[in-house]
Amino acid sequence: MIPVVVILVYLALIAFIGSVAFKKSRENTEDFFLANRSIGPLVFFLSIFATNMTAFAILGSSGQAYRQGIGIYGLMASSSCFVIPLTIFFIGTRLWALGKKFGHQTQVSFFRDRWECNHIGAVIFALSAAMLVPYMIISIMGGGTVLADISTSADTHQPLIPYAWGCAVVAVVVTLNVFLGGMRGTVWVNILQTILFLCFGAVAVAWISHALPHSFSYYVGNLASDPKTRFLVTRERMPPQTFWSYTLIPLSSIMFPHMAIMCFSARRVTAFKQTVIAYPIAILAIWLPCVFLGVLGFATLGKIHDPDGVLLRMLQTYAPAWLAGVLGAGIISAVMGSDAHQVLALSTMFTKDIFVHYGGREKFGESRSVHFARGFIVVVTVIAYLVALALKEKQGIFEIAVRYAFSGFAAMSPVMVAALFWRRSTQWGALAATLFVAASLIGTGLLQGTPAPPRAAAAKPTTNTVASAAALTNAAPKSAATNALAAKPAAAGPAAGKPKEDIIWQIGQGAEAVKILSRAPNGDVRFLNGYMTVFPMVVGSALCMIVFSLLTKPPSKTTIDKYFSVSSESAGQNVH
Amino acid sequence: MMKKLLLLLMILAVYAAHQDLWNWGKADPLVFGFLPIGLAYHAAYSIACAVMMAVLVAFAWPKHLEEQEPPAK
Repeated sequence: MIPVVVILVYLALIAFIGSVAFKKSRENTEDFFLANRSIGPLVFFLSIFATNMTAFAILGSSGQAYRQGIGIYGLMASSSCFVIPLTIFFIGTRLWALGKKFGHQTQVSFFRDRWECNHIGAVIFALSAAMLVPYMIISIMGGGTVLADISTSADTHQPLIPYAWGCAVVAVVVTLNVFLGGMRGTVWVNILQTILFLCFGAVAVAWISHALPHSFSYYVGNLASDPKTRFLVTRERMPPQTFWSYTLIPLSSIMFPHMAIMCFSARRVTAFKQTVIAYPIAILAIWLPCVFLGVLGFATLGKIHDPDGVLLRMLQTYAPAWLAGVLGAGIISAVMGSDAHQVLALSTMFTKDIFVHYGGREKFGESRSVHFARGFIVVVTVIAYLVALALKEKQGIFEIAVRYAFSGFAAMSPVMVAALFWRRSTQWGALAATLFVAASLIGTGLLQGTPAPPRAAAAKPTTNTVASAAALTNAAPKSAATNALAAKPAAAGPAAGKPKEDIIWQIGQGAEAVKILSRAPNGDVRFLNGYMTVFPMVVGSALCMIVFSLLTKPPSKTTIDKYFSVSSESAGQNVH
Repeated sequence: MMKKLLLLLMILAVYAAHQDLWNWGKADPLVFGFLPIGLAYHAAYSIACAVMMAVLVAFAWPKHLEEQEPPAK
């Protein structure tokens, strides 16, 4: 009961913040979508971090660490520590300047102006929206699941807040916050969320270390000395190809519409300075305790039914109820922090890239554009809520969609780089890259969804193993974020050994064989002996951008001068 | 020119340091008595990334973009 009360107080606080932000707002789109481009350095850092951190940073990271060991930190956290600040430094700052100078509020509005294109911008909008919507739906599903889990009574095993109500609570609070407060309300809430987030890990580790019967060294030493569990404290089951190719995934960060839109909202470019330096430290503060506790969960709790709930289980076992409540609030805040930005981003994109671009503002006026944006927020959240209810049992499909969205956004990064830094790039290059990414996502989805062969056959490499058993949902992983690895050891038990993979297309036989396409036991498609599909997608997208740009007519000299002339360096880039 | 080259080399070196193949199968030594070396290494790597970004801010900051900033109040 105590955790539920803590969470409900927290949710009420968020709704209140939204209403205060509403009183400060003005009836124009720049204020509603970008808080009048007035976000200061500290709030900017806290917001951009909250935008990018989902519930996976707490629950998923510990769950994956429970399954796959400490390697998860290097795979996902430290690669983000390297890539995300660099993309904010090189791309985010340029986007900010272009927004200030030319009034852009979305990536698509920049692309349209930069490449003198119209409908190609709509294609990029469509792909971005298609990749963002599943993310939003799964946020609501995650919120409903967490509220149900936390409120489940140990005696009756019945949730005090059922899944449907939990989804509704999250949807309503997010809608109220975004509907009333727009970007201002969202970032104010982010301050609270990120602080809660950053403090949680250290507090949990400190508390649990006191409550455990033995020291951390004892448990880690036991894991390391047992051959069956040693993989949890090493990376011996983690393919280096996967580890390397995962470093491309964080390229998606700056291409997420909500991240790019955040970059437009800063008051000063100097706000980026503190952000890029503090960002890796903030990732460390959240991920290190969660990954460590996930591994420790295996040592202390043994096998559990739901690895993603390992942190909750540890807190329930070793910490007081109020701390579990704070954790619940932290998780819900993570869910809602990113969800609010996604909803706002979709609303911004739809209003600016479709409604305004195709004449809505001229017809209805600026004030009505804000009304339209608010109406869109309500409609899209209601639809997401209904989908979350109707397809509760098919959550795995959305999880897969979100995973591929990360690859998709990462593969769109060459488009942004070309727009900012390559004057010869053209709209046709951008279209080719966008279509390539869309086709790759559909192709990968079909390959993943294609039934896997029976186990006995799977052990035998063949060039056509696509046409056999096991449905998509069986292949679907539990967790929303990674599944980057070929193993799910804890689910099968450490003694189960190395899981088999399905070969889809192989050249050669025996030790000389090259696996062009294969499918990991969790269903993920792999390329060229184990690389993640993000690798060929990023390379292919970059090639499409280069080749089709060189083959087609560049934008007019006026446009190129606008973005690249010496006098315009301040707005964009310093390329000569 | 030399400054740009050195900064580029720094970025490449930090990127290369992420692929710590030498720690792949190792759990020992346990840093601070409980952190497996592979985890401690990447925790330290995260701090190194922050240092790298501080160096970039100090020596490669796109100062020309500050012209777009609104005047200070």
